[in-house]
Amino acid sequence: MKSWLDLYFTQARTAVAQQFQYRVGVLLWLVGMVVEPVIYLVVWSTIAAQQGGQVGGFTPGLFATYYIGWTLVRHMNITLTPFAWEQRIRQGDLSRELLRPLHPFHNDLGFFIGMKVIQMMVWVPIALVLSLAFQPTFNAQPWQYVCFVIALFTAFVMRFALTWALGLSTFWLTRPRAFFELYFTAELIFSGRLVPMSLMPEWVQTLSNVLPFKWAFGFQLELLVGKLTPEQTLFGFASQAFWFAIGLLVVALLWRAALRKYSAVGA
Amino acid sequence: MQPAIHVRDLRKTYDVPEREGGLKAAAASLVKRKTHQIKAVDGVTFDIAPGEVVGFLGPNGAGKTTTLKMLSGLLYPTSGEGVVLGFTPSRREKAFLRQIALVMGQRNQLLWDIPALDTFDLIRAIYRLPTDNFIKTRDELLDLLGVADLARKPVRNLSLGERMKMEIIGALLHTPGVLFLDEPTIGLDVTAQKKIREFVREYNRRTGATVLLTSHYMADVEALCKHVIVIHHGRILFDGDLSALVERFAAYKTIGVMLDDTSLDLSGYGEVTARESDKITLRVRKADAPRVTAQLLHDLSVNDLTVESPPIEDVIERVFASSSPLPSGESQGEGAEGGVLTL
Repeated sequence: MKSWLDLYFTQARTAVAQQFQYRVGVLLWLVGMVVEPVIYLVVWSTIAAQQGGQVGGFTPGLFATYYIGWTLVRHMNITLTPFAWEQRIRQGDLSRELLRPLHPFHNDLGFFIGMKVIQMMVWVPIALVLSLAFQPTFNAQPWQYVCFVIALFTAFVMRFALTWALGLSTFWLTRPRAFFELYFTAELIFSGRLVPMSLMPEWVQTLSNVLPFKWAFGFQLELLVGKLTPEQTLFGFASQAFWFAIGLLVVALLWRAALRKYSAVGA
Repeated sequence: MQPAIHVRDLRKTYDVPEREGGLKAAAASLVKRKTHQIKAVDGVTFDIAPGEVVGFLGPNGAGKTTTLKMLSGLLYPTSGEGVVLGFTPSRREKAFLRQIALVMGQRNQLLWDIPALDTFDLIRAIYRLPTDNFIKTRDELLDLLGVADLARKPVRNLSLGERMKMEIIGALLHTPGVLFLDEPTIGLDVTAQKKIREFVREYNRRTGATVLLTSHYMADVEALCKHVIVIHHGRILFDGDLSALVERFAAYKTIGVMLDDTSLDLSGYGEVTARESDKITLRVRKADAPRVTAQLLHDLSVNDLTVESPPIEDVIERVFASSSPLPSGESQGEGAEGGVLTL
């Protein structure tokens, strides 16, 4: 256990050291990522104002809470992109990891945990500016905030396992981006990223309960705006655990077959 | 003695898509994709004893790197057997990966943006090396290669030679028992090449590690390897002592004749390849060398005389030039002893 902690800590520290080399790049990237939720926020706040102060129980202040929380959830959720997968497999960059007595899954997970530290440091001032501009409302219960913080991490780990499993398709497909795009589009609709799930049609809400996307995104935000009961919260954590296990299972089943396909080109 | 590396009839075949140029062919390939097979490694067989430093020679595309990748567990063989330190590399067992290292001269293993020290520490955590041992090994390796003062610089700010030294250190921190070196000196200046050669020799001497080395620089091979394996078109052409290779394939000998009068015409003895103030160099067929030498000593007042084999580059070139692909299934070299050769 101690050596695993040492490994994750060292990998995370290495990621922090790497990210520090690109301070301006990280800042600009994060600022760029704020544009999307701010657009949603402005649109929904305007609609709420036109409809007598709220839409489906969301006031402008609650929308502000939701979309400022959105920026944190989005940053926490970031995992390996399809481009990174293409790079490591087509260019043979994976070879470095394969020569070491450690599954690259751990390597990547440790790295991304380290990245979150830097992202968090940059996110705090951005969130403060957004809060001053949009005046969020905080009316959730203390336990909901605690669960929100825990769910941030569990959602990341779950989404990480799923996208890692998806990334294995790169071993078989020349251009796995289309595959990823399909996943990301479904995620946009069924996760609460575009619109809070409670504002979506009934059938979308029902379907989202049996898909993984909401548990990586909307679940935490619904906790933040105080819209979940303890039972719904437990169901959410159980769903995250289920999809995390599915991701791990797919990785375990496909990994050996994937390595047989690996051609270590260029490396 | 059990060989450290045991390879029998190892093969790697790739299916490569192919089609004619043009739109019609592109459209047709959507429906039916044509592929052809490339035999990157075509049934190689060899053994390497523990502690040996072996040169793995061949032109570009001969199958050297593919063999190394199979033996280090990066590539899954199409068929055949490869055993390294008693492990099957393709199973990629942790105990196996802890005992090997592969250094590729054209590939970065270190993290580019941060000092090598940070990557070394990550390697420590990955291999679960005890901190005291790790620091001792790291500092020893840094000193041996003379790069201790560079380890705190981001890797991207190091020169090619400095980077390669750091790469080698990173690969050896866990003191592997088998070291695969793929063109470790490529692109380096003569001084850096020499330093790395000396280092590999010293590492082998200190740890008794087995080293399989590919290089286009024959100086590397001559300095480090008594045993060489020559591969071409995915097949072993020669497996034996370097001296046996030279003996077998050197088509000619070079005779240096030291004379007072170097204006003499010696073309009757052999091909004159150089004429200096006190020396004439002749090239003669290997079989004729004893007779020509005796004749020169008899006919002329010779101050000194040397008979040398041609440079190893020339010998290797001749091995490749004289090779022809064997029909499928024909036997290959049968081990290092005696330098078995198939052409």
